Amino acid sequence: MAKTYSAGVKEYRQTYWMPEYTPLDTDILACFKITAQPGVDREEAAAAVAAESSTGTWTTVWTDLLTDLDYYKGRAYHIEDVPGDDTCFYAFIAYPIDLFEEGSVVNVFTSLVGNVFGFKAIRALRLEDVRFPIAFVKTCGGPPNGIQVERDKLNKYGRALLGCTIKPKLGLSAKNYGRAVYECLRGGLDLTKDDENINSQPFMRWRQRFEFVMEAIHKAERETGERKGHYLNVTAPTPEEMYKRAEFAKELGAPIIMHDYLTGGFTANTGLANWCRDNGLLLHIHRAMHAVIDRNPHHGIHFRVLAKALRLSGGDHLHSGTVVGKLEGDRAATLGWIDLMRDSFIKEDRNRGIMFDQDWGSMPGVFPVASGGIHVWHMPALVAIFGDDACLQFGGGTLGHPWGNAAGAAANRVALEACVEARNRGVEIEKEGKAILTDAAKHSPELKIAMETWKEIKFEFDTVDKLDVAHK
Amino acid sequence: MSEMLDYKSRLSDPASRKFETFSYLPPMDKKQIKKQVEYIVKKGWNPAIEHTEPEHLMDNYWYMWKLPMFGETDVARILAEAEACHKANPNNHVRLIGYDNFAQSQGTSMVIYRGKTV
Repeated sequence: MAKTYSAGVKEYRQTYWMPEYTPLDTDILACFKITAQPGVDREEAAAAVAAESSTGTWTTVWTDLLTDLDYYKGRAYHIEDVPGDDTCFYAFIAYPIDLFEEGSVVNVFTSLVGNVFGFKAIRALRLEDVRFPIAFVKTCGGPPNGIQVERDKLNKYGRALLGCTIKPKLGLSAKNYGRAVYECLRGGLDLTKDDENINSQPFMRWRQRFEFVMEAIHKAERETGERKGHYLNVTAPTPEEMYKRAEFAKELGAPIIMHDYLTGGFTANTGLANWCRDNGLLLHIHRAMHAVIDRNPHHGIHFRVLAKALRLSGGDHLHSGTVVGKLEGDRAATLGWIDLMRDSFIKEDRNRGIMFDQDWGSMPGVFPVASGGIHVWHMPALVAIFGDDACLQFGGGTLGHPWGNAAGAAANRVALEACVEARNRGVEIEKEGKAILTDAAKHSPELKIAMETWKEIKFEFDTVDKLDVAHK
Repeated sequence: MSEMLDYKSRLSDPASRKFETFSYLPPMDKKQIKKQVEYIVKKGWNPAIEHTEPEHLMDNYWYMWKLPMFGETDVARILAEAEACHKANPNNHVRLIGYDNFAQSQGTSMVIYRGKTV
């Protein structure tokens, strides 16, 4: 029977709280951590989030009756305590797939993390996880190449890739910059990286940087007989400018370019990923601005969601945190999202903060990039945590070597290979790390000095964004 | 702190040429190579032997020594094939590969007999 129109304000729960609902395989599922205002009960708060992130508005409107809102509405279907925190709770919401444009991460985010985050009845709101159904995954391009293709292109097998961000991050001329790249690559690194702050400033315009860097790559390849690359950052003020830089990188034969996906935006990122797929270039993704969005445990978007969004939008590398370096990152949570970046099926695992099964089907994986305050002493832990499918980037840990970049690069390469060799032999490398490195340093004066230089440097601060576990 | 050393790497010095995984470590002895073969077998990968003239080091395709040893788990037999390849091609680089048919890629690859670099 047709519904009748009755103007006024209804409680959200009457329409959007459906505890009896069984989510469909095609639904997009979201888990929000809600901190409601005093006096707002859980069901009403959850229903409000479901409404405001889908079809609802604050009052009834007559045009609601021109469509089948019961088909399109988001449904709050489950509520759960947050372990160890009484101030908030988890709300699970199911969205029908037709609420979103195919292949558009942008559209999903505009709904799920749009107006609802400023909603007054909610004191704080955090998007903890999203289950993207395979039906939606299949409409996204994903990583332009993926882990296996990159390994084949670069001829790197059985170990992590080794990289380094060129420093100082601002102020070098293009020719001096190319020198720093060359020294790193001839010393044994596979890849070097433009700092994310490097775009095309007055001290070094992009065109000159690209040209000098490519000479550095070519010479290092001839010298070592190994394949090398440098992430040429094409992040730019406009998409037109971005593509212009990408085209020039391709013209020079660059194997890999780079983009900052949050500051640049998902539209630019998805477009560039498609361009990379069409043109055969690898794409490294930086994540500047992520900590603004993901660090507060009660408000914002968890990084695992940002990582999933990047895998859908497209990128072959994504910074993931190091666990052991200078930047934030809980170990179990990090292990969770690096699996979400690399594997094809990831099971729900509350111990790692993963709230849903996630099936990526045949979508290629993304290399997690561990970068920030790491040095040779961290190598055993990094190899144990990340395994082979990762890119380990030592910036200061390469360039800060007392004998310069080439020696620093060699020290890192020797340390990496020694750890991998020992791991393959069945050695517990985190436990035996010191012995492995000390032994390897007997054949590498570069490693020996690196070990002396960074012996005392550790970053042991408590993590701000912890997993939610009972601690009372 | 020791005295600063020059990083010895030259276009003109064949000793500067590397060959990817484990080429920054000293050459492996027989016992060490055996451990790596055991690792490949334990991973369930298919062992394979390839070789090349050192001047063609950077080519994707090296010469296959027979076919990959699909399903072979006898470490001694794998080592014997590697040694046979080396004996037949003493100046060439010989690499040991573990083909991972699930990842549709190489799980690992390492040069176990180093030829005369150019």
